[in-house]
Amino acid sequence: MRFALDAEQRLFGDTLHELLTGAGTPALTRRWAAGDHDRTLWSALGEAGVFTLTVPERHGGTGPLPVELVVAAHELGRHAAPGPVVETLAAGALIDGSGDAGPAAEWLPRIAGGQAVVSLASPGQVRRALDADAADLVLLADGESLSSAAPAGPAVRSLDPARRLFPVRAAERLTAGPAVSRAAATAYDLAALACAAQLLGLGRALLDATVEYARTRRQFGRPIGEFQAVKHHLANALTGLEFARPLAYGAALSFGSPDFPRDVSAAKAAASDAAYAAARIALQTHGAIGYTDEYDPSLWIRKIRALRSAWGTPAEHRARVLDALRHG
Amino acid sequence: MDLDLSSVEPFRAEVRDWLRRNVPATPSPSLETEEGFAAHREWERTLAAARLSVVSWPEEYGGRGASPLEWLVFEEEYYAAGAPGRVSQNGINLLAPTLFAHGTPDQRERVLPPMASGEVIWAQAWSEPGAGSDLAALRATATRVDGGWRLNGQKTWSSRAAFADRAFGLFRSDPAAERHRGLTYLMFPLGADGVTVRPIGRLDGKPAFAELFLDEVFVPDRDVIGDPGRGWAVAMSTAGNERGLTLRSPGRFLAAADRLVTLWRAHGADPLLRDRVADAWIKARAYRLKGFETISRADDVGAEASVNKVFWSELDVELHETALDILGADAELDGDWLEGYVFSLAGPIYAGTNEIQRNVIAERVLGLPRETRR
Repeated sequence: MRFALDAEQRLFGDTLHELLTGAGTPALTRRWAAGDHDRTLWSALGEAGVFTLTVPERHGGTGPLPVELVVAAHELGRHAAPGPVVETLAAGALIDGSGDAGPAAEWLPRIAGGQAVVSLASPGQVRRALDADAADLVLLADGESLSSAAPAGPAVRSLDPARRLFPVRAAERLTAGPAVSRAAATAYDLAALACAAQLLGLGRALLDATVEYARTRRQFGRPIGEFQAVKHHLANALTGLEFARPLAYGAALSFGSPDFPRDVSAAKAAASDAAYAAARIALQTHGAIGYTDEYDPSLWIRKIRALRSAWGTPAEHRARVLDALRHG
Repeated sequence: MDLDLSSVEPFRAEVRDWLRRNVPATPSPSLETEEGFAAHREWERTLAAARLSVVSWPEEYGGRGASPLEWLVFEEEYYAAGAPGRVSQNGINLLAPTLFAHGTPDQRERVLPPMASGEVIWAQAWSEPGAGSDLAALRATATRVDGGWRLNGQKTWSSRAAFADRAFGLFRSDPAAERHRGLTYLMFPLGADGVTVRPIGRLDGKPAFAELFLDEVFVPDRDVIGDPGRGWAVAMSTAGNERGLTLRSPGRFLAAADRLVTLWRAHGADPLLRDRVADAWIKARAYRLKGFETISRADDVGAEASVNKVFWSELDVELHETALDILGADAELDGDWLEGYVFSLAGPIYAGTNEIQRNVIAERVLGLPRETRR
């Protein structure tokens, strides 16, 4: 038993952190929100191997690698990167699990190589397709049927300006059968896990930014970080994040076991709460400046609120945990 | 990265089998009562006879040299089996690690085997009426005399001291020194001449702790741990243990959370309480995984132990509050959940209040500036 990232996994995270720092994600996010879907960052993430993680080797990927998926999603969250990254990773698992008779040969190598941007929707679970107008392929998984889909109307505005959500309708059936619904369930769990990891990265980045702010912002002749009222908020934010992280890695390690959906739900519920608490504390500690659109941490604060309810709300995931315990 | 526990499964199976055959079918009386204390001491003897009272200690002192992972597994099995609370936990979790780090071979040989067997039960003597969260303000003294020291003063909130045999704590040995300097770490018998023990009823009236009045109590040199005057550093190594994993192992909360889920179902699975039940189970699991993370680290957790202490102590309260809310109007009645609830309420207070822990987290883990003190 060694419950810690190995050197290669840490290096993967460090590489992504460097890449995303260089990309300048806050400015990128604002451009993305305005409809500029430049793919420079997407291609770079593809070269770093991010999109190989849910695609098997026979289709040009390295997956499934759920621990690396958590590492990557954590870094993407830490930088509040825009775009349907989680959706594309989920699409990899969905297409692969739906069988080689479907769109696997056509799409999986392109996904793995970072040449395809994919979004998806699924009635009852994912109501709208993120960034459907920027995608090369939009999938609609409905029961045992997997179709391509097209926007059925204009984007719905999200609190997170980078999340452009589209209602979609089915276009062309790609494949059908029980494998589709099984693959959709696995894809949903992998996406919920990646979303949990994103939330942890978002929360951690906000905590770091807020600590820095509290060390430098002065009121009453001293840094506000000297005040216990501020200290205790930040200590609480850290505690929540520190105990949600092992749940995400624990869930990644139970991939393939019957406990995987339960463990993903535990991680998603805890990560949602921890990140959301960190966001509230960041907002409160920054004061009025944190409440402004133009101040970059507000991008993190808004994305956390959005992702808290994406891929299942905390209440839905808690219910799933208790259901799993009854059947387990 | 892996969570492969197969290497410890044989050990787990042995512990589980032994507990299945030996855990008393009817629960012992509360260990915070005289009768319960005696019953729990007897249980420690039974555990020790099977070399299960201190599995992580070296064999020469009564342990099995178990790895940290084996210890975590032992704790999981222990609490899952509903085995009795550990009346000797203050000695095992606080004093023993200090002796392993700072004690002499003679001290280890004298103190550890009778601690392992339950023959000698230890109480801690840290707090004083004027020194709680601000422990460095302590005023009880140790005065140099021929062959040892004389203790004078008052200690309080001394857990288990009402029925325990010996105590360990910090005393001011250099009257000219202030705060953290000039303190000495000593051990003394609670039955020694000059010691008066006044039991204190905790919130539910059970004498779970005591005040100690010390009047010219003689302690020989051989019962000083570490160098005289350097007791603060010695004690802080103990405090790290108290706040880290050892005092409240994940196994306790895993077992309690499983029982909470069962209780919730048995009482009709009220949807209004579902989130809290799920949350307790999730947090217990988080604490377990954090434990695996901690023992996988090469470095010392240091101040991060404070994060653990805040987490488990608040989890313990929340878990028991949820159980009482499930019980509804019967929550106030005597029973295991109420006993656990009363016990849990002390968690955010002892071993450094959670407010002090949050200061430590903010200053020493996050790097926020220390408060300007007047």
